[in-house]
Amino acid sequence: MHIVVCIKQVPDAKNVRIDPETNTLVRQGVDSIVNPHDWYAVEAALLLRDEYGGKTTVMTMGPPQAEEALRETLALGVDEAVLLSDRAFAGADTWATSLTLARAVEKLGPVDLVICGKQAIDGDTAQVGPGLAAHLDQPYTTYGRRLELVNGDQLRVERLTDFGYEVVQMALPAVVTVVREIGDPRMPGLKHKMRAKKLEIPTWGAVDLDLNPEEVGLQGSFTQVVKVFSPPPRSDREMITGEVEEQAEKLFNLLRAGKVPGL
Amino acid sequence: MDYFLTEEQQMIREIAAKIATEKVRPVRAELDESEEFPWDIMKILAQSDLFGVYLPEEYGGSGGGVLENCLAIEEMGRACISVATTFAASGLGAYPILLFGTEEQKQKYLPPIASGEKLAAFGVTEANAGSDAGGIQTTAKRDGDHYVLNGTKQWITNAGEAEIYTVVAMTDRTKGARGASAFIVEKGDPGFSFGKKEKKMGLRASATRELLFNDCRIPADRLIGREGTGFIVTMKTFDVSRPGIGALGVGLSQGALDISVEYARKRVQFGKPIIAFQAVQHMLADMATETEASRVLVYAAARYIDSGAKDISKISAISKLYPTDVAMRVTTNAVQVLGGYGYMRDYPVEKMMRDAKILQIYEGTNQIQRNIIGQELNKEYGRIKETFF
Repeated sequence: MHIVVCIKQVPDAKNVRIDPETNTLVRQGVDSIVNPHDWYAVEAALLLRDEYGGKTTVMTMGPPQAEEALRETLALGVDEAVLLSDRAFAGADTWATSLTLARAVEKLGPVDLVICGKQAIDGDTAQVGPGLAAHLDQPYTTYGRRLELVNGDQLRVERLTDFGYEVVQMALPAVVTVVREIGDPRMPGLKHKMRAKKLEIPTWGAVDLDLNPEEVGLQGSFTQVVKVFSPPPRSDREMITGEVEEQAEKLFNLLRAGKVPGL
Repeated sequence: MDYFLTEEQQMIREIAAKIATEKVRPVRAELDESEEFPWDIMKILAQSDLFGVYLPEEYGGSGGGVLENCLAIEEMGRACISVATTFAASGLGAYPILLFGTEEQKQKYLPPIASGEKLAAFGVTEANAGSDAGGIQTTAKRDGDHYVLNGTKQWITNAGEAEIYTVVAMTDRTKGARGASAFIVEKGDPGFSFGKKEKKMGLRASATRELLFNDCRIPADRLIGREGTGFIVTMKTFDVSRPGIGALGVGLSQGALDISVEYARKRVQFGKPIIAFQAVQHMLADMATETEASRVLVYAAARYIDSGAKDISKISAISKLYPTDVAMRVTTNAVQVLGGYGYMRDYPVEKMMRDAKILQIYEGTNQIQRNIIGQELNKEYGRIKETFF
């Protein structure tokens, strides 16, 4: 069984702020980390490999320094890694990103399962996993909390919903995105870390994936970010105090003054 | 401070620190309260290959030495020395086999210890034999191709949880210390059982029990070294394990210092953070100085031992004595810096102070360390013919 995990390097959200003048993210001096949701994808892949055997490959699209993110996951015991890096990939939206990732999955040869985190903490779209499945023309399931191989060619997924969970079974090859309930990512191991340090990681560009410049990056994107801004601070709040009856009275009057229908 | 560690040594430190911060720190108070043996954490340490950092590659380790072991112990000790002691005690049980075992013994017992699949333990202490190992009353009698062990070992760390025990027993009581021999005993050997779990002042997540030998029959090839070398095996084992106790002291001191400085920067009295008061500042400065001095000492001693040097007893004793006395002082002062908060169980330094005390007692009391250092000084200067006057 060959499992591919797609990860993303993102700015550490703890330190990100938005420049109030320009409304852009201040990236200077902000560390890059592996998207926290992607660690669960890595753990999900390793759990499956531990149980059923096979190989795991981690993949990311990003600038050359995203290789560091790949090595971090290799330290947990992932077998192989591929970096998709090319100036032409810059500015990609979820369509162009998932297309590029899909071509890379195809280039890796027969892949049984692609696992992604449920979403990235910078874009928060949760679209790349499903987009990848669309480009690969494969079935997909999102928000997996437990994965189980059935009959060797089917994946049974417990899919987390707002009201409990659904059990979905789909034929492999397929794509699944996973949530935190998969289980905490394991700790790095010394032997894996030593190996991760030395492992040769191939870098693939648009040419290696047989993609034209107009299919990738900003050119291959259907959407563009027009503006990033912080929501205006909310100062129009009032704390209602006093005895419960008193509070109810005040609230009622406020609602009525605000012309809430029915009051 | 940069201690010019190798890439692999830095990795060991990073991994141990990550586990300590993410897996040990959040549960240390709970483990202390419940006295639960930290099996979950031992499994994580095993998965991360830390149990083999001081063992040769041919036995499943990663080929490091005392320094690698100390780095792992220190980082874990920074979060909790109960957990770190459990880890370190397995190494203490493995060292006699590593240092004096036959090739067959090493092949059989070291790989599962290196992988963390099995824990080890070392048993010397008895009710009437602590500092004076010559007072050991447990006997091992040769019977054909077996030895039969009888007696009781006391206060054995990891007892009941470990699978592999190295134990010192008298094969010839008429010879005193020269009649002691070391053996490997396995959990499940006939006539081998455990006493009740002790209740302790600190180090409460660490398991401490008696080893009970009641006509315990073990194959004769479990003898480590030759008959009569048990005392030497013990002393040489302590020579390489004691920097690890020093490392527990360094980690504990650092952990207490971390909390003290953070607290002193935040706690405001008389309109200022208390770190602005010289009385507090100087306490913190002394804590930091002694902690760093301890670290320098442990690393230097570990590197000297790893170089293959033979005259290691004195530096080994020094590297246990100083950092553990420092840990007692630093944790006591950490409680003082935190004041009333420091004395409360809701804050971690109270446990740190209770835990610190054991470091001055086990693996040779600090009085015994001073004896060793004093005796070595006497020998050393006895060999020097010139005068310093």
